Amino acid sequence: MVNEVCLRTLDLERPWLMEQYQSRGGYQVLKQVLSEKRAPEEIIEEVKKSGLRGRGGAGFPTGLKWSFISRNAPGQKYVVCNSDEGEPGTFKDRDILRYNPHQLIEGMILAGYAIGATRGYNYIRGEFWEPYERFEQALREAREAGFLGENLLGSGFDFELHTHLGGGAYICGEETALLESIEGKKGQPRYKPPFPAHFGLYGRPTIINNTESLASIPMILEKGGEWFADIGVKNSGGSKLFSISGNIKNPGVFEIPMGTPFSELLEMAGGMKDGSKIKAVIPGGSSAPVIPGDQMMDLTMDYDSIASAGSMLGSGAVIVLDDTNCMVKILERMSYFYHEESCGQCTPCREGTGWLYRVVHRIESGMGRQEDLDLLDDVADKISGKTICALGDAAAMPVQGMLRHYRDEFQYHIDHKRCMVGAG
Amino acid sequence: MTDKLVTIEVNGQQLQAEAGTMLIEVTDAAGINIPRFCYHKKLSVAANCRMCLVEVEKVPKPLPACATPVNDGMKVFTRSPKALAAQKGTMEFLLINHPLDCPICDQGGECELQDVAIGYGRDLSRYSEGKRVVADKNIGPLIATDMTRCIHCTRCVRFGEEIAGIREMGATGRGEHMVIGTYIEKSVDSELSGNVIDLCPVGALTSKPFRFNARAWELTQVEAIAPHDSLGSNLNLHLRGNKVMRVHPKDNESINETWISDRDRFSYEGLYSSDRLTSPMLKKGGEWKTVSWEMALEMAASSLKEIGDGDQIGTLLSPTSTLEELYLAQKLMRGLGCNNIDSRLRQGDFRLDANQKSVQWLGTGLAEIDQMQAALVVGGNIRKEQPILAHRLRKAALAGAKLHYLNPIRLDLNHNGEQDVCTPSEMVGRLVAVAKAAGVRASGGAASLLKSAKTDAFAKQAADDLKAADGAMVLLGGLAQAHPDYALLYTIAAALAKTTGAQLSILPAAANSVGAQLAGAVPHLQAGGTSAEHAGLDSVKMLKTPRKGYLLMGVEPGRDFWNGSLSMSALQSADMVVAISAFRSPELEACADILLPMAIFTETSGTYVNAEGRWQQSRGAARPQGESRPAWKILRVLGNLTDQPDFDYVDSQQIHDEIKQLCASSTLDNQQAELQDLEQQLNSDALLRGGDTPLYACDALVRRATALQQTLDAGSETICLHPQEAARLGLDDSDTALVKQNGNQIDLPLQLDERIPQGCVWISTGLARTSTLGQPFGEVTVEKA
Amino acid sequence: MTVTDKDKTELFSPQVCEEIDRWIAKYPSEWKQSAVMGALMVVQEDNGGWLTTELMDRVASYLDMAPIAVYEVATFYSMYELKPVGKHKICVCTNVSCMTNKSDLIVEHLEKKLGISFGEVTEDGRFSLKEVECLGACGGAPMMQIGKQYYENLTPEIVDAILEGLE
Repeated sequence: MVNEVCLRTLDLERPWLMEQYQSRGGYQVLKQVLSEKRAPEEIIEEVKKSGLRGRGGAGFPTGLKWSFISRNAPGQKYVVCNSDEGEPGTFKDRDILRYNPHQLIEGMILAGYAIGATRGYNYIRGEFWEPYERFEQALREAREAGFLGENLLGSGFDFELHTHLGGGAYICGEETALLESIEGKKGQPRYKPPFPAHFGLYGRPTIINNTESLASIPMILEKGGEWFADIGVKNSGGSKLFSISGNIKNPGVFEIPMGTPFSELLEMAGGMKDGSKIKAVIPGGSSAPVIPGDQMMDLTMDYDSIASAGSMLGSGAVIVLDDTNCMVKILERMSYFYHEESCGQCTPCREGTGWLYRVVHRIESGMGRQEDLDLLDDVADKISGKTICALGDAAAMPVQGMLRHYRDEFQYHIDHKRCMVGAG
Repeated sequence: MTDKLVTIEVNGQQLQAEAGTMLIEVTDAAGINIPRFCYHKKLSVAANCRMCLVEVEKVPKPLPACATPVNDGMKVFTRSPKALAAQKGTMEFLLINHPLDCPICDQGGECELQDVAIGYGRDLSRYSEGKRVVADKNIGPLIATDMTRCIHCTRCVRFGEEIAGIREMGATGRGEHMVIGTYIEKSVDSELSGNVIDLCPVGALTSKPFRFNARAWELTQVEAIAPHDSLGSNLNLHLRGNKVMRVHPKDNESINETWISDRDRFSYEGLYSSDRLTSPMLKKGGEWKTVSWEMALEMAASSLKEIGDGDQIGTLLSPTSTLEELYLAQKLMRGLGCNNIDSRLRQGDFRLDANQKSVQWLGTGLAEIDQMQAALVVGGNIRKEQPILAHRLRKAALAGAKLHYLNPIRLDLNHNGEQDVCTPSEMVGRLVAVAKAAGVRASGGAASLLKSAKTDAFAKQAADDLKAADGAMVLLGGLAQAHPDYALLYTIAAALAKTTGAQLSILPAAANSVGAQLAGAVPHLQAGGTSAEHAGLDSVKMLKTPRKGYLLMGVEPGRDFWNGSLSMSALQSADMVVAISAFRSPELEACADILLPMAIFTETSGTYVNAEGRWQQSRGAARPQGESRPAWKILRVLGNLTDQPDFDYVDSQQIHDEIKQLCASSTLDNQQAELQDLEQQLNSDALLRGGDTPLYACDALVRRATALQQTLDAGSETICLHPQEAARLGLDDSDTALVKQNGNQIDLPLQLDERIPQGCVWISTGLARTSTLGQPFGEVTVEKA
Repeated sequence: MTVTDKDKTELFSPQVCEEIDRWIAKYPSEWKQSAVMGALMVVQEDNGGWLTTELMDRVASYLDMAPIAVYEVATFYSMYELKPVGKHKICVCTNVSCMTNKSDLIVEHLEKKLGISFGEVTEDGRFSLKEVECLGACGGAPMMQIGKQYYENLTPEIVDAILEGLE
């Protein structure tokens, strides 16, 4: 069960072309839905049954999200795809855009049909030029084939889809910041409620889903929600794309069933590089608290298993670190990232991320003070749960995770003004 | 949302509120204090400062009270350990980058951050890194910036977008490097800009004129009424000793809400102008001599009496005077047999005076303007005439009202609206077109006016919108009132209003324009606002057929008149001009023979009747400067000295009560008469002048407010015209042009401006040089200088 | 809203106008502002990779926005450059996956080879260096982006070859 859903065309030549996608049955389910005029409620029900949870990182059940939209409310509604892939360690949506853009398009049309939206936007991060061009080419093909535009395949259903290019801001991966960005503003998250289902893009009801989530829809509708759910495990339906990187032999994107043991994933990725020893794993993008390597070897890749170890599956970005890494330095780099990417809107994140970074930085550079570890804990605590969006939590969690498992390394830095790891 | 009442519990106290109301509104109403910086009742909710975090039962995270709607049974704890921890955490974050320069900060003592820090801060900072420093930009003469102190609450940014209607301030950059400001060196030009000083919770945005002049705790606060436009905005004067140091708004929801215009905020600077008239003076042989009050008053009284024939005197009064002053002035002069009394100094066409038997006003309450569904503004740049009124019109527009503007210049609107721009001589025809589209009927000469009018899309839409609206107004603004065919515009507007069911609204020109009518300070109405027994000459006729003597109060020759050059020549040729004035000026000194120094609004008690007919009293806050005296006292003595009965007032309250009694049965009514047949006076294909009175050129006090005079809204002594018109005249923007009007001429630099209709040049009135020309609308010639 | 209501087509070259118009067409007609990010990108590319205040003002006029709203956007997103950059803008990722795969060696190599540090431009204007956050290509760490192109699995030797291949 590898590459069965989002990457099902990967083995083909130029898999991004319309004809290749259709050779694997692409757009069949859309045609069927449109010709049979399948009830939208039934589609949403099928998605609920699949157990699909938001693949961007939050893991919110996709079908449930769709059901919040009042389908029959008058006026424009929108489907928005979040291809603003930016959580450090994550590089899976890039592959969907590059190698299977049509499946995403089909998924977005189906989502539009399900919620009664006739317009969609795919927000692709600005640096992804190659994926953007692939996606644009696919849009042209789809338009020519009558899958986009007015009265799709004579069904009476209209759907138009456009790309919006980002400009370089991690925060736009947050759904309401992304909507602000499409509206031509700074990507500053909105306070919720109201949620996008009621007040979304241009103030209209909107569903916003991750690239992988939406690209999973055609297969779910083709083979049924149950089929998808059964690929995975309880609470974690389906297969999932894992981006695995770090000190390993063959980093890359692997689409495997949820619940696959981490050890198997590591094996698929060729194991540790140069026979080095695994030290730690960041299992779900850089905001997920770190898990020590030996503990990780006993976990499976699904929401519950990773959560049981005090971390989260997030976007499925697995960063594997070997024992040459200094954890202070790793945290310093991560804290720098959140400090750089804080949008500046709300106080705890704007002021707190810089504070965290500066304290970790001084510990790393041998200027740490005895009270600094307690200070880090306290500042992280004062940020978490107090901000408008989750970036504050994302900045606090790595700090809390590192101090939980590697406090001694930090203490050593403070006491000896140098690193206990040879490499540092 | 819903008006369902719910019960919540805050710190054990039961409170009722409408479901969906934000928690902070409910606690504010109940007097429960929750600290906040970004929340402001008049601005959108930003929820960014995170100071108002409170604990809500069954919710794991603390919630911002400003963005949390109440629902039934909600239990809130504003000072529980969890709530306090969250609030203290925010406070610590806010302070890490806030400078510790409170001793030299103008906000010190009235700083929201300082106040809250005392309750929630620590005594020592755990943050030992360098603090953020922000380089300041000059954003103009009114607002001082110290952006290093900024806590990014974005109130000022939201104010620009939501209230002022122009985005000038913004938040550029991101994260810790986000900076509030204009990004580029640029003045903030909104006529409401000073309100950000009040909104700023810290010392980042402070008043530039007030800077380093006093500490907040040295100041005493006295209420007052703003004396410029017809709103009567409520003010708090802040004084140190006898000196007004600054002016703040006083909340009055039905007038100025929580705002004031920059004009009302900064005009106080003019109080201390070096040309304040501080002692009585007489002109002898062309020389000015300081004299005693006794002598000056004796001279004034005897000079006025000596003229003998009261009809040979003209009385010209500033509509910014108090009700009591206006009343006593007309009482004095009518007692001397003079009925030539007027306070409508910027109006040029009085042909309807004879028909007007009641007091004209806004026609509606100020607060009702927010609710209007449609309006046609005829000859009015409301934003630059009466800013707070424009704010209310804008609120209506934001709520969906259809606003239409008919003007001889294209306006920079800060809301949606349709504009019809035409030359001054086309205004009548265009307004008739709207009337025709609305189905106005008339007989006689007026009928032919209607017949010849051509309706177009604008006219039809305006007429339709006025008719369809539940609550509409046809508003005659300052430009209409200065138009040579104001009477005609008025009668068409009245007929249009009547036919469409809209309210006819007259925008009173100044703080006491309505009061002046009630006081009898107009030629056609007597005190009480009823028809005068003997109507006198209006302000233009008094000058066109010069009188032997004049009494002036609060007015400056040239600057304050519809026709500046005419005012100068008439007053200069008079035998005797008695001027009650707060200021000296070369023009006044050239015209007057006796100068009697008067107190200004902060120095005297008195009443202002605003646009909606609301009487508001203000008491003197400071002693009059030098030997100046409240004008009511000067007038009282002149009454005594001219042997008039009933002039023994002991205080201004007594005068107020007398007027009140006279007005007991008076009504405010913009008579909506049948369409009158009047000849169009400005009917010319020649090049025409158009002219406004700039926002900060409207009265003697404002003209002396130094900071305001450095802003764009002070106006410029230029001749503005459309590039194509310039090309036709063979001029380009580097040229200086020679302008001739009514035999007067000046040269002015040229400015190209596409807002000016072709066939027209724009020259503002009320400025030092332009007031030597004639009326704001009329034929001119322009040539290369 | 402005004193001189210049014909909008005079603000930019016909090609630039056409490209901006393509962005505008993607959004509802009353949401021209949505095109600001696209428009800034187009204008930046046309101007050799960076934006001047004057260009931002023109974008504001073109899209009927307040200039400050355009400044906010241009200063918020990291891909807009407000100072001149090299003909080839080299963006090197130094985030965790790249860092643990020795991105510091790549940075060192580039700095030495070009004689500039992050945020600087070579004297001949050909190259500029920029440190960037995760570009979503961690599988190819260490990586960099030059112009629109990603380059992955870098070594100093590969970097040399890439730079030699550029104009």
